[in-house]
Amino acid sequence: MTSTEDPRTDTLLTGLVGFTEVLRTAGVPVTNDRIAAFLEAVDTLDVTDREQVYWAGRLTLCADPDDIVRYDLAFPAWFEPPEGRRATNRDERPPAPPKLAALVPGREGSGEDDADDEGPQIKAAATGTEILRSRDLGELTPAEREHLRRLMTLLKPEPPTRASRRRRRHRHGEADPERTLRTALRNQGEIFSIKRRDTSRRPRKVVLLIDVSGSMEPYADALMRFAHVFVRRAPRTVEAFTLGTRLTRITRELRQRDPERALGAAGKAIPDWSGGTRLGEVLQAFVDRWGRRGAARRAVVVVFSDGWERGGTELLGTQVEQLSRLAHRLVWVNPHAGKDGYAPVQGGIVAALPHLDDLLAGHSLDTLERLLEVVRNA
Amino acid sequence: MNDSAPAGAGSLPALPATGSPADLAKALRTTGYLADDGLATATFLAMQMNRPLFCEGEPGTGKTALAQALAETLGAPLIRLQCHDGIDAGQALYDWDFPRQLLHLRALEAAAGVEGSGLDADSVEASLYDERFLLARPILRALRTSPSVLLIDEIDRADDEFEAFLLEVLTEHAVTIPEIGEVRATTPPVVVLTSNRTREVHDALKRRCLYLWLEHPTIEREIEILHSRLPDVPERLAASVARAVQKLRHADLIKPPGVAETLDWARALTLIGARHLDTESAARTLGAVLKYREDADRVHKQLDTLLAS
Repeated sequence: MTSTEDPRTDTLLTGLVGFTEVLRTAGVPVTNDRIAAFLEAVDTLDVTDREQVYWAGRLTLCADPDDIVRYDLAFPAWFEPPEGRRATNRDERPPAPPKLAALVPGREGSGEDDADDEGPQIKAAATGTEILRSRDLGELTPAEREHLRRLMTLLKPEPPTRASRRRRRHRHGEADPERTLRTALRNQGEIFSIKRRDTSRRPRKVVLLIDVSGSMEPYADALMRFAHVFVRRAPRTVEAFTLGTRLTRITRELRQRDPERALGAAGKAIPDWSGGTRLGEVLQAFVDRWGRRGAARRAVVVVFSDGWERGGTELLGTQVEQLSRLAHRLVWVNPHAGKDGYAPVQGGIVAALPHLDDLLAGHSLDTLERLLEVVRNA
Repeated sequence: MNDSAPAGAGSLPALPATGSPADLAKALRTTGYLADDGLATATFLAMQMNRPLFCEGEPGTGKTALAQALAETLGAPLIRLQCHDGIDAGQALYDWDFPRQLLHLRALEAAAGVEGSGLDADSVEASLYDERFLLARPILRALRTSPSVLLIDEIDRADDEFEAFLLEVLTEHAVTIPEIGEVRATTPPVVVLTSNRTREVHDALKRRCLYLWLEHPTIEREIEILHSRLPDVPERLAASVARAVQKLRHADLIKPPGVAETLDWARALTLIGARHLDTESAARTLGAVLKYREDADRVHKQLDTLLAS
């Protein structure tokens, strides 16, 4: 790919770069240095060999198994178009799911489970921050929602910490030969004092698992915002996933600064927004694909769910048990748990309860702050 | 000390003929490592483009074995760095042998006392930070040994500060030791990084690397692997072990067996003198494949279906 004068080389180059464009549209984060590496790899290999071009791209443009799935779809679409016609690089993903549920002003249709009035009806005076803090997130008017969004961004989640094996200079602790000797050298080899070092503390991992099935719909928007604030606060140690009919990792999407963009991207990534729940199976997918490998090991795992399980609860029970053994602390947040007269009777919650460290409410800003406290002290 | 590479820069490694991925696959095969197209291409590109190879995948898919086979193929030493929580440059790059430096210092002082002359700070310092007090850790060793294969195992266990440090070394193929000077590899080592995905490795590091995702082998390949690694295992036994392992991988276990477990199992069966895999011999050797009590319990109950062909 050294000479661009040859028209064929030129077409070739355009074709390869065009492919990276398609890939980017498909959701693979392709950067310019990756494209350069791709071209270099193709140059090193045989460009006429489809198989080798495939591997050149897969090795240089992908960075994660999810990328490979997208790559495997995009590659044949670009290089082997069905009727000899090259696929265009227009956005071919399924249309974006409906905007986050809570943008809808009322709650038409979805309130059969918790529609009973609870708490005083204070709609007229509901703009006061103090009142808003304890209001049920699922029952806000659009204006209140807007206000709450701003309050949400003011939350300051502190990740919990754990002892690290890495040692730092410290007044107490074990002797630090390196610093001791270096100081001694400055004093003609005389050791006046022993320098010391001690273990330091590092942030502990936090995993947020958010149920986005239909029954959780009224809370989904607020919980996603909550997750965004948390991920932004400690992007390297906080992971976020959504649970629905399948497991979706949304950490990457939520790392963007702007909340609307982050939530928009997350909404696009979640294929099963407001669908059914298969809580047991999805938790199993998390435990197998992420948890046991280490994402949940020694982490604080927070599950946001009402525990509504369509199928049997046996699988859910065993998976929660597995998770509790891996995690440092397992916290279950149920938006309904804060309501008067709540008893953990839903099948899912009953199965999970014996293995939980905490069962918290999560239906208002106040209760979410309480959650932050539990997480920080974990 | 700047020139730390072995003498004779002209003696570049005599790499075996690896003009194409297929040649490399053939060369790897002679060491008993069976590489498919993707793996051969990845390794070939890593060597040609001088980039580290970042291998991710289920435990037991041959990530570490790849580095070993590669070292054997190239006739280069394998230098391994096992990452762990809290690993730092002192454990990965170099460290000074402080007890010996202190002893040396005391000896100099004693000698100066006898002679009645003072100590010259500069010369003391120079003699203290001498090559003989330097403890070379794996990365420094790899930079000084050309050619070599550097295996950085389970990078996901280290923390992000270590990743940043690694990024620097892997980009430059050189490190600077303040007291000694720059150490640069004459031929950059072939670097293989492995990760079990317990945590996401920083994108900056991944961007420097070629990304290879490894999966469990197909049944045909697994039988081939059994043959090439354990030539003593009878053909029928190897085939039935591979078939049973494939079924186990789809049985929804806590820890699905990897290739290492397949090999262990076949070895265990041969050791107890089994000629073929039946319920009795399987039950006795199941511990070689299944490492969780829950898994073992489940499989024990369904041994018949597992062994049915």
